[in-house]
Amino acid sequence: MASVELDCKGLNCPMPIVRISRTMKELQVGDQLQVEASDPSFQSDIEAWVRKMGHDLKSFEESQGVQKVVLEKRA
Amino acid sequence: MSLTEDEIAKLVDRLVEERVSKRLASVEQDLAALRGMVTQGGGNVPEDRTTMVVFSGELDPLFGAFTIALGSVAMGMEVSMFFTFWGLNALRVSKKYAGKSIGEKMVAAMLPSGPKSVPTSRMNMGGAGPIFFKYLMGQRNVESLPSMIAMAQEMGVRMVACETSMTVMGITREELLPGVEFGGVATYLDDAARSKVTLFI
Repeated sequence: MASVELDCKGLNCPMPIVRISRTMKELQVGDQLQVEASDPSFQSDIEAWVRKMGHDLKSFEESQGVQKVVLEKRA
Repeated sequence: MSLTEDEIAKLVDRLVEERVSKRLASVEQDLAALRGMVTQGGGNVPEDRTTMVVFSGELDPLFGAFTIALGSVAMGMEVSMFFTFWGLNALRVSKKYAGKSIGEKMVAAMLPSGPKSVPTSRMNMGGAGPIFFKYLMGQRNVESLPSMIAMAQEMGVRMVACETSMTVMGITREELLPGVEFGGVATYLDDAARSKVTLFI
């Protein structure tokens, strides 16, 4: 299973989820996507996004204004 | 009259067959009726689609409209945007005067020539407002309106320009972004009636 990193720091809504959805399309089921973001609405948005798209949010961490998430692609 | 065992078996088979097919016929009829209801209902189940009427032509509402459009695509949804009246400013790529009436020329002169030069709905301050807001947006790395429009088109957002408001505003097809479709209220309602999210901006 591949693991891909995506830097969304400095991007504002809606760009983080736009970039994430584009990158996720290129991945295979089971692949992981690690994202770093600084958009203040990112936590709420990424949670809503995985709920809608059916992917897994494996982890969420935040430190010094940078939010790190690990997503796993589902079918 | 006496029947052989074989004949009795045949008679029983026939009777059973008759009764069963009679029962089955009514069940099949009910099933067909149900199927019809399901297909009819199926036509009314909303698609995973966002449909917007974009009526406003200022930077802030347009920014909102395209944020929702890009967000919808990112959420795996289809998007339709219907541009009418001032909203048509978002789709303009050029300004033409040739072949227009005096009234149309006046409207053309007063309207912004495209998404780069739209005013803000508040604090426009004779054009200083948009410059200031664009500066702030650039500073904070917020995507610009023209780049959001380009992205929306690239991501397959359906963009339809309202022909009647184009006529009223004296805007020709050649002045709008290539790839934009043209239609009327029925085109909008057809998409809106099948959408989970509908907005008027």
